[in-house]
Amino acid sequence: MSFNYILGQLINGIKLGSIYAIIAIGYSMVYGILRLINFAHGDLLTVGVYTMLVLMGFSGLPIWLVILAGCIVSIMVGMTMERLVYRPLRGSGEETTLISSLAVSVFLQNLISMIFTPQKKAFHLPDFLTVNHSLGPVSLSTINILTMISIVVILIALTLLLKKTKIGMAMRACSDNLAASQLMGIKINNVVVVAFVIGSGLAALTGVMLAGEYKTIEPLMGFVPGLKAFCAAVLGGIGSLNGAVLGGFIIGIAEVLFAGLMPSDITPYRDAFIFFLLIVVLLVKPNGILGSSEGGRS
Amino acid sequence: MLQIKDLSVKYDNIQVLHGISMDIQDGELVALIGANGAGKTTALTTISGVKRSFGGEIVYNGKNITKASTDEIVRLGVVQVPEGRQIFSKMTIEENLILGAYTESDSARQKANMERGFEMFPILRERKKQLAGTLSGGEQQMLAIARALMSNPKLLLLDEPSMGLSPLMTEQVFDAIVTLNESGTTILLVEQNAFDALEISGRAYVMENGVITREGKSSDLMEDPAIKRAYLGGD
Repeated sequence: MSFNYILGQLINGIKLGSIYAIIAIGYSMVYGILRLINFAHGDLLTVGVYTMLVLMGFSGLPIWLVILAGCIVSIMVGMTMERLVYRPLRGSGEETTLISSLAVSVFLQNLISMIFTPQKKAFHLPDFLTVNHSLGPVSLSTINILTMISIVVILIALTLLLKKTKIGMAMRACSDNLAASQLMGIKINNVVVVAFVIGSGLAALTGVMLAGEYKTIEPLMGFVPGLKAFCAAVLGGIGSLNGAVLGGFIIGIAEVLFAGLMPSDITPYRDAFIFFLLIVVLLVKPNGILGSSEGGRS
Repeated sequence: MLQIKDLSVKYDNIQVLHGISMDIQDGELVALIGANGAGKTTALTTISGVKRSFGGEIVYNGKNITKASTDEIVRLGVVQVPEGRQIFSKMTIEENLILGAYTESDSARQKANMERGFEMFPILRERKKQLAGTLSGGEQQMLAIARALMSNPKLLLLDEPSMGLSPLMTEQVFDAIVTLNESGTTILLVEQNAFDALEISGRAYVMENGVITREGKSSDLMEDPAIKRAYLGGD
């Protein structure tokens, strides 16, 4: 097992980790404000990717426009689920919204299967995005490089949003103390919508990254990455932006290293390993690595 | 300034307020006293538009605000300092104050209001970069009041500001309330600590099981034998 092999695996882990991290940010933002675990979050990724697939059927549309449209449709679906399902259920207890989000998830998966059939479909990004560049011992496609750059850009942009803008401050306030935020005159609904818009848009964006990696898409493709991103958010400390990113990288790297370094007869258990890792971390740090120890709000 | 007429509120099927009526004039400091669970906090959260009533109305400066949203009510100048302080504990003191000015877009006025808060409670200036959760209970109460002042309140609703505070700290907070009132802010003070509340207020309402049972000048209520027995620990 050469050094270059391990390095290559590590890069693969960072690649996958960036994807989990970006999905986890959306999960964590919505959870932070509403204490809602939105299991349908991963399916927004699928919605975005299928929209892009349809648009790629129309030749001549530039790829950036296709991706943008995919993000917009995903955002609209995200906003719709918030308005139609989560808003009417707000205040009805975490278990109610949790189960409802599972229902929304199954609904979206079935809707997509109904429209597009459950079969896998080929997803071809333009060549300039999938061409491999060799950087020393490792080889990365353009989309891989863009994925890693985008996580940095997204993190900086969101940090600036949360620290410097009025709506960002309001988002942090809502996540800190929802009741008090309302008394400050903050319109909670607007803040929630912004969190859903950011989360859904980012989910669709990670869809491009995943689909570009596997070259095929299917109606259930968003669910498992969504679950792992949820693990990432919990592992890092749910509600914390940096925690979501840290958790994403830990899970991505752990998953790839496990698959790449373990004997081949146990590598199929990589998902089990991830959830085992989550349990171990939570036993030691119940609020996640960067989570605050204050627990929930009163 | 604020008229509450026959206000009735329930949680699920349990009625908490049974048609209460109150009237607060411009510039007054009015206390609302009563035992734990009497419905005082419910009255305040209903005025703020967080909780909805099923009967009666709330009129503020001639405008019916019974169905108004909380942010509209805050913009009109009715601002609440909630029970248990409810500061943003993971944010700095300065950020807490900036959030208090969420409805105030004029940055000069925002600065002036922050300055006023810092002058009233100098400890907040010293610690403005510190996370609010690190403050003591009394300091958190000061922050909660300073934060409410950031939105230019005309009517301040204070819910149990003395809760969990030492007698010394309570005195400091109550002094600040009196100063605020003297500088023109109308105040509705909800308190279990009836003695102190009656001492600083001009008028008071007594609430029992969701009904206003007594009202009058605070000095008269303090002398009333029944009130003394029930709330002031004397006879």
